[in-house]
Amino acid sequence: MKTFLRLVGLTRPFAWWMLLAALIGFATIGSGIGLLMTSAWLITRAALLPPVSALQFGIVGVRVFGASRGVLRYVERLISHDTTFKILTRLRLWFYDAVEPLAPARLAAFRSADLLKRITDDIQSLENIYSRVLAPPLTAILVTALMGVLVGVWSPVAAFGVLAFQLMAGIVVPLITVRAAKGTAKGIMKLQAEQQILAVDMVQGLGELHVFGMLGSYLERMHDAEKNKLDLQKRTAFFEGMHESLSGLAMNAAVIWILWSMLPLVKVGTVSGITLTAVIFGVIASFEAFIPLTGSMQHLEADIRAGDRLFEIIDTTPEVKIPEHPEPLPAQYDIEVNNLSFKYPGSIRAAIENVSFTIPQGGRTAIVGPSGAGKSTLTSLLVRFWNPSAGSISVGGKNITSLDPEGLRRRIAVVSQRTYLFGQSIRENLLLASPGADDGTLKAALSAAGLESLYERLDDWAGQHGMNLSGGERQRLAIARMILQDAPVIVLDEATANLDAVTEQAILDTIDRVSNGKTVLAITHRLQRMERFDRIVVMNEGKTVEEGHHDELLRLNGFYAGMWRLQHETML
Amino acid sequence: MNLDRNLIGLLKEEKQPFILSSLFGSIGTLLLICQAWVLGGIIEQVFKAPGGRSAILPLAGLFALFSILRMIMGWSANQTAKHGTLLIRKKLSRRLACAVGDLGPAFTRSEQSGRLVTTMLKGVESIDAYFSQFIPQLFLALVTPLMILAAVFPSDWIAGTIMVLTAPLIPFFMIVIGKSASAATEKQWTTMSRMSGYFLDMLEGLTTLKLFAQAKARRDGIEEASEKFRLSTMKVLKIAFLSSLTLELVGTIGIAVTAVSIGVRLTSGAMPFRPAVFILLLIPDFYLTLRQLGTKFHAGMEGGTASKEIHEILDKASAQPEVTGKLELPSETASLLPIVIDNLSYTFPDSPKPALDSVSCTLRPGTVTALTGPSGAGKSTFMNLLLRFIEPDSGALSLGTVPIVNYTQEAWYRNIAWVPQHPFLFNASIKDNLLMAKPGATQQQIETALLQAGLIEMVKSLPEGLDTMIGEQGARLSGGEAQRLSLARAFLKDSPILLLDEPTSHTDPILEARLRIAMAELMHGRTVVMIAHRLESIRNADRILVLDGGRLVQSGTHEELSAIDGFYRHAVLSSMEAA
Repeated sequence: MKTFLRLVGLTRPFAWWMLLAALIGFATIGSGIGLLMTSAWLITRAALLPPVSALQFGIVGVRVFGASRGVLRYVERLISHDTTFKILTRLRLWFYDAVEPLAPARLAAFRSADLLKRITDDIQSLENIYSRVLAPPLTAILVTALMGVLVGVWSPVAAFGVLAFQLMAGIVVPLITVRAAKGTAKGIMKLQAEQQILAVDMVQGLGELHVFGMLGSYLERMHDAEKNKLDLQKRTAFFEGMHESLSGLAMNAAVIWILWSMLPLVKVGTVSGITLTAVIFGVIASFEAFIPLTGSMQHLEADIRAGDRLFEIIDTTPEVKIPEHPEPLPAQYDIEVNNLSFKYPGSIRAAIENVSFTIPQGGRTAIVGPSGAGKSTLTSLLVRFWNPSAGSISVGGKNITSLDPEGLRRRIAVVSQRTYLFGQSIRENLLLASPGADDGTLKAALSAAGLESLYERLDDWAGQHGMNLSGGERQRLAIARMILQDAPVIVLDEATANLDAVTEQAILDTIDRVSNGKTVLAITHRLQRMERFDRIVVMNEGKTVEEGHHDELLRLNGFYAGMWRLQHETML
Repeated sequence: MNLDRNLIGLLKEEKQPFILSSLFGSIGTLLLICQAWVLGGIIEQVFKAPGGRSAILPLAGLFALFSILRMIMGWSANQTAKHGTLLIRKKLSRRLACAVGDLGPAFTRSEQSGRLVTTMLKGVESIDAYFSQFIPQLFLALVTPLMILAAVFPSDWIAGTIMVLTAPLIPFFMIVIGKSASAATEKQWTTMSRMSGYFLDMLEGLTTLKLFAQAKARRDGIEEASEKFRLSTMKVLKIAFLSSLTLELVGTIGIAVTAVSIGVRLTSGAMPFRPAVFILLLIPDFYLTLRQLGTKFHAGMEGGTASKEIHEILDKASAQPEVTGKLELPSETASLLPIVIDNLSYTFPDSPKPALDSVSCTLRPGTVTALTGPSGAGKSTFMNLLLRFIEPDSGALSLGTVPIVNYTQEAWYRNIAWVPQHPFLFNASIKDNLLMAKPGATQQQIETALLQAGLIEMVKSLPEGLDTMIGEQGARLSGGEAQRLSLARAFLKDSPILLLDEPTSHTDPILEARLRIAMAELMHGRTVVMIAHRLESIRNADRILVLDGGRLVQSGTHEELSAIDGFYRHAVLSSMEAA
């Protein structure tokens, strides 16, 4: 219920539009009622053999209602769709605003594209909260009120009976079908999750299954899960299939009730036969409004589930709080890491344990070690995506927790292994680093990064995830962004790890050229041209194991020397 | 209309429930007609000579009876159709899973695994509406209008004629408008999905936006894009909705015209009262059944798309040659015989160049053969042929003198241990992941295997030990740990033939040393084929096969090959020393 109210709260700005659409929706069904009622009036009146002119009212009414129904439906659909899209826009912005402070720490569990896709699907599915969940009951209530008046003026008793059957079709039947399905819905979802795991395992581990001779038993397990799921779905269908038939039954019962309760009135002459016939046809037409209500309840449940998932994400507190009175940014950019420790939530081992080192302003330091040694965690801590568990990082003598995170990030240019490019133009991807840069500046950055070939393609679409560009071009684009950002600190986090040897050499040359005079921190597990660093910090399992210049470390003949040998006797 | 040939084929396999459903549906329509006739009678009586309640009691009772029967029929039609649908789904889901299994790892690796899983699960689920809703409605749309016409014509041929003339307009407009509307709807879907793609892009790249301190600025971009998409979509919808407007109008105008025509004829006394009411009661259902076909058509449309993807896989599987081997293979035999490769060739479908081209060699039992060569040389293809994941185009792979295809697949696999480059860990406990290699292994055997693979300390340090869940949903193991688990599987399986793809993760000298010891122990006394990446492994092999561009260019020991001025010395050794 709380989730529902929060969701409805989000649609508040569009309340008037929604009301308008619901009113037109009501008028649409009202036209249907009017069409059948005037038709019935026309026929019964005609049966009294009046001159044709006496039927004029009915003839006009039938035509008006006949035409208006289609037109009203058209207008209603346009307004309700327009409103739906407006709601969707608002939902997206709402979610974006809520999730922005949480990224990336609180979204770590949603890193995989599949899960993010599910979030966007959840938001997309909430768009129907108006058209499928809120509007039908509103329309049904209005139709119920209309019929109450139309029948009630002749016989309050008949009106109450009709109301009872309408409630049955509109509330009782949907409740029964939804309730009956509820018990099985959980079971179905559980089996679907199990099937998902089995299918992923089968598709990705098919080689192993073949070689281990386990494919047959796996297929049996998948088949069992499917069978159990279908059994449950059959049970759900048992009740769901009733809904339409039961609504029909309620409608017929209402017809009998009207005949039963109004017949004495016709006999004594307070109500004419014409009226009775028209009322019967009107009641029959009015049940159209109750058909979508079962769907409403089902959508409501799906929406609440989607809402719960979204709220679960955004109701967490951000990892990083922006200080209320941030200190001014430092003038110097030497980095001091002091007794730093960090453990990811839920993880057994610390990612970083008691690490200390300093990088002088303008110095070049490399952090090396096998994957999983905690190197990249250092970057995350430096740009304040996470807070250290203990210890501190200072830039220019100021603890980074006292600085404005956005200001800090503007002064640290990060080039990582996987450059994220947006599915927009190349220009837009570049402007990210320096909004408002003119073409001349962009081209200068491109040429410094060795991308003269993109001069004429600034407005080309980069492709989804930048896939219209080659791996080398994407990485060079990251360097162009780094140049545009013109930050005093440069962090290269495995910046060339995904590239072939020739491209890697060329990009390393470029980086060396443009990073001159800046404080450089390079993180890598590939020991390439290590002699160009002033100092190398060797990490393993979250701790620093060795420190020194390349030649010193080789002479030491320890961990670093072992890594070096290993890499230089392995072919690609 | 959307009559997918493959789906109709499935329908034919499970005819009975659908025939039954149609029968119930037809009886339902018949009851609807009877109901209208009875209600017409009641109204006539009330109108002409209003009496007491008892006067209408018999007819009202009949009306109630028909209502209840009609409800039962409607429900039964729904249930039988659903039953048939579930039978089809069960069958299709099993067929599809078996087809994927038959197509093998070579197929699953060539497909995007996420999409394949979606087809296997959601795809089969989405054909539900096609069978449980569209097919029954299609039948009703054919039968109900005809039955109603048959009831209307004898009472009043003029109303019947109006209905006959207007009814075809609905399917006609549906098709005419449907064509342009479906293009419009498609366009709407692309803009919709592009917009949600845009949003997804922003969420995925949120970390990047934050690194550049641009996250807040991009908010306006989302709003602007969202609004732009709304406006362009509405432009499309304005036209698309015209179709429903037209269909609605045909229905309501049909009712209006019939009502007026009946009314006018009633005033002249040219028509009795009861049929007039009867017809007016039936007309809405006459048009409704036709119009609903459109709605259900949309519900079933997704099934058509899914069917295409499902049947692509099924067709591919049935086009595969059948595996015919019948022989058993005891492991004593396998450990004593050489693997003889004779003129083996394989070309990937759609590839102009063979991946493996006339390769011949003999691998002695109990020796280690190292495969080397640049990437794309055919090493993995060679391995996949030994694993029978793919079948050779020509040439033969034999054990001694018997081609391996003559053995059953199970028999062959029982004699093979496989350690891939990226071993797959199933969503199960560490123990179950190991037991796959040898169901029924004792705790002692499992622990020994873990010890041999150098993994026992790690497993013992876990709070839940062997019962720790791993795989996508469980605890994450590092790449090195997964490789050692795969080695433990191979130790457990203890097969005479070992196929091994040497790990390339070469960053951690301590881990590397451990793996080296474990692998050496595993290879001891078995016939080993390994894709080798490290110089030391190549040096220690009994025989080196050098592949290039699918051809076997050199073979021999390290000493022999280094002595000759050939591809091995030029390309292989130099590339390693330069790295």
